Amino acid sequence: MADRSWAGADRSGGGGVLEQDPDLPPVAVDPDVLEAEHRRWTPVRIAVWTAIALLGGVAWVVIAIVRGETVNAIWFVFAAVCTYLIAYRFYSRYIERHLLRPDDRRATPAEYKADGKDYVATDRRVLFGHHFAAIAGAGPLVGPVLAAQMGYLPGTIWIIVGVVLAGAVQDYMVLFFSMRRGGRSLGQMARDELGVIGGTAALLATLVIMIIIVAILALVVVNALAESPWGVFSVSMTIPIALFMGCYLRFFRPGKVAEVSVIGFVLLLAAIVGGGVIAETAWGADLFTLDKVTIAWGIVVYGFVAAVLPVWLLLAPRDYLSTFMKIGTIVMLAVAIVLVRPVLEVPALSEFAANGQGPVVAGSLFPFLFVTIACGALSGFHALIASGTTPKLVEKERQTRLIGYGGMLMESFVAIMALVAALSIDRGIYFAMNASGAATGGTVEGAVAFVNGLGLAGVDLTPEMLTQTAEDVGEESIVSRTGGAPTLSVGLAHIMQQVVGGSGMMAFWYHFAIMFEALFILTAVDAGTRVARFMLQDSIGNVVPRFKDTSWRPGAWLATAVMVGAWGAVLLMGVTDPLGGINTLFPLFGIANQLLAAIALAVCMAIVAKQGTFRYLWVVVLPLAFATAVTVTASLEKIFSPVPAIGYFAQHRAFRDALDAGETSFGTATSVEAMRAVVRNTMIQGVLSIVFVTLTVVVILTAVAAVWRSFRRRAATSAEDPPAPSRLYAPAGLVTTPAEKALEAQWLEHQAARPRVRTGHR
Amino acid sequence: MTAAGSLVGRGVRGVAWFVRGVLREDAYERYLEHEASHGRRPTDPGVLTEREFWRDRTDRQDHAPEGRCC
Repeated sequence: MADRSWAGADRSGGGGVLEQDPDLPPVAVDPDVLEAEHRRWTPVRIAVWTAIALLGGVAWVVIAIVRGETVNAIWFVFAAVCTYLIAYRFYSRYIERHLLRPDDRRATPAEYKADGKDYVATDRRVLFGHHFAAIAGAGPLVGPVLAAQMGYLPGTIWIIVGVVLAGAVQDYMVLFFSMRRGGRSLGQMARDELGVIGGTAALLATLVIMIIIVAILALVVVNALAESPWGVFSVSMTIPIALFMGCYLRFFRPGKVAEVSVIGFVLLLAAIVGGGVIAETAWGADLFTLDKVTIAWGIVVYGFVAAVLPVWLLLAPRDYLSTFMKIGTIVMLAVAIVLVRPVLEVPALSEFAANGQGPVVAGSLFPFLFVTIACGALSGFHALIASGTTPKLVEKERQTRLIGYGGMLMESFVAIMALVAALSIDRGIYFAMNASGAATGGTVEGAVAFVNGLGLAGVDLTPEMLTQTAEDVGEESIVSRTGGAPTLSVGLAHIMQQVVGGSGMMAFWYHFAIMFEALFILTAVDAGTRVARFMLQDSIGNVVPRFKDTSWRPGAWLATAVMVGAWGAVLLMGVTDPLGGINTLFPLFGIANQLLAAIALAVCMAIVAKQGTFRYLWVVVLPLAFATAVTVTASLEKIFSPVPAIGYFAQHRAFRDALDAGETSFGTATSVEAMRAVVRNTMIQGVLSIVFVTLTVVVILTAVAAVWRSFRRRAATSAEDPPAPSRLYAPAGLVTTPAEKALEAQWLEHQAARPRVRTGHR
Repeated sequence: MTAAGSLVGRGVRGVAWFVRGVLREDAYERYLEHEASHGRRPTDPGVLTEREFWRDRTDRQDHAPEGRCC
């Protein structure tokens, strides 16, 4: 068994290609030795893994079976971490051995294409952090919060099981396949593997999906900042801070990235504190209290300007700041949850899991739970990152397991922490914050009446609870602050104030959380717009060649305007939606993201089949089939459901009929104009759902056809770059094995004798 | 005492190394290493200076944007 990976590599590369330079120490640990190490079960090792399994098992029992009044958050951490460790040790290793078969004798693109700029062999631990910072964002923070309306159990199971069997598998495979193809993008791989029809459908789907994702992320920011002078001030200060950082790096101290990030971080903290002071003053409150429509236009204008300005001025420094904040706050939150161990008073499974009438996002557990959680368990967007920068930086092939699979496990852990933070706040407050303004009327009295009217066991909301919480976090009101970000911020403030600062610091922590979520999202908005613009220019370029030239200003501006116009229109539609916005649009975001995952997995399936590894194809088919079932069911429900709260066209017909009958108000729409808006919005949302699902079905069908062709042919082929022999060595995982250590020592010795040769490890 | 001190020192240096790496602050050093592996010294013609390198880096990003996730 053990020699298969070597034989496999030689088969694809032809014998003798990977002949190693005899002057160098070995560039890979002998796979037989690795396998023997992996299989050697010493008593200590057995004890450690038994302990992990037992602790994880007990944690799952406490979460899933024991039915007390409350459950301590620490069990979520144990269940998650123990499951991740076991999955990483056994399942990802299974995928490595049977499906991907990395070969450390082969040079990675970072080695054979090394240019010192884009292709640079990077230490595995650093690249793990870098990759994680690129994939993690607001998604895993927001989705689980919204899904918490169904109780804690369904979300927890999907976040943990989903990442192990789906999300991490996708990230690992896409990273590996892209690395074997010199860092090719998902779109290019789709064209290579699925042909013109499948490739074009994948490209179009990606473009439309990016528009939706950017629009709805922006909607989350708008909802978090509306009527919040403190939030508006501190978040808008990130722009001058980023401009300052950009100029500092360009003209004053080039390359001092960490230094400028620390300066930026201090300025950011000052902006948060300053926001609190300014929001107290009459002029400040006057100037920075903005309604949703104004903020939405602000973001649209910002998005356009950010996408046409040079990268060094705004995008690059904002990205440094966002990376710095991301790693810092996630570590901070993890430490705080372990220290505080909040107690959750939420049912495992709520009424809304079954009846599908949840006020936060409508729809029953299957498929809408999976669509809502999106990023934390399986995120198609990651496939764009895993086939972008990261594969060009991987040092050794076997490290892709740590970076791809391991990186996604970290993201899932972030989602679990977000879920815990959101669940730690009072359930009545949770629903008051997350029910749409259409349901609560936006007033404290309306919210109390609505939430208590839901008939939830153990929920008894009083007006004082809402006004007190609003006062604690320094906001005018917390009623109907939908989108997930404000709820998470309240939860996080609640946890953090127990560690640092006490209740007096709650307002600071709330705005700190709002700030970092807004920062992540705005970074995703600029970068997303820019990436989408290039994709559009490339597509138009096939017809009008001039557009391929990305430095041609009119083309760049036009393509940017088209992209910003597209997501801006969806954003404004969500902001002005008489039905509430998030509850109608968020499912579209989740569906889009999961459809992209289905596309990525379909491409992976075609590649695995082409290699001829049919016996293990189920590893890809399993998540692909599930993602397809979820997204297609969700899309079909959104298109065909007769329930107006779920089906876009049912809602469309209901409002149109009411207009035809001459009514002047219907449901939550109080004027003819609002009714017309609903008629228009539901039509757009419905058509988008049809476009998504059609494109994805085309991609999946072409992938299935490709698998069938490979099966008929039975001969392994591949579009991989030809193998080149590696000339450097580095261990694969976070923990080095004895054989890896011995080889590392051998390289250090070799390096000491010939100081000019870089080994690629420290 | 000194053992504990050196352990702390190693920890701090490790964190600094990691943060620098994740922010890609060491990009210019990596570039020089690459050039050195081809026998070019920092002062040789055609090898970018630190300032030129960072300009070139962000200017190339103008045409090859990196995605950021949701």
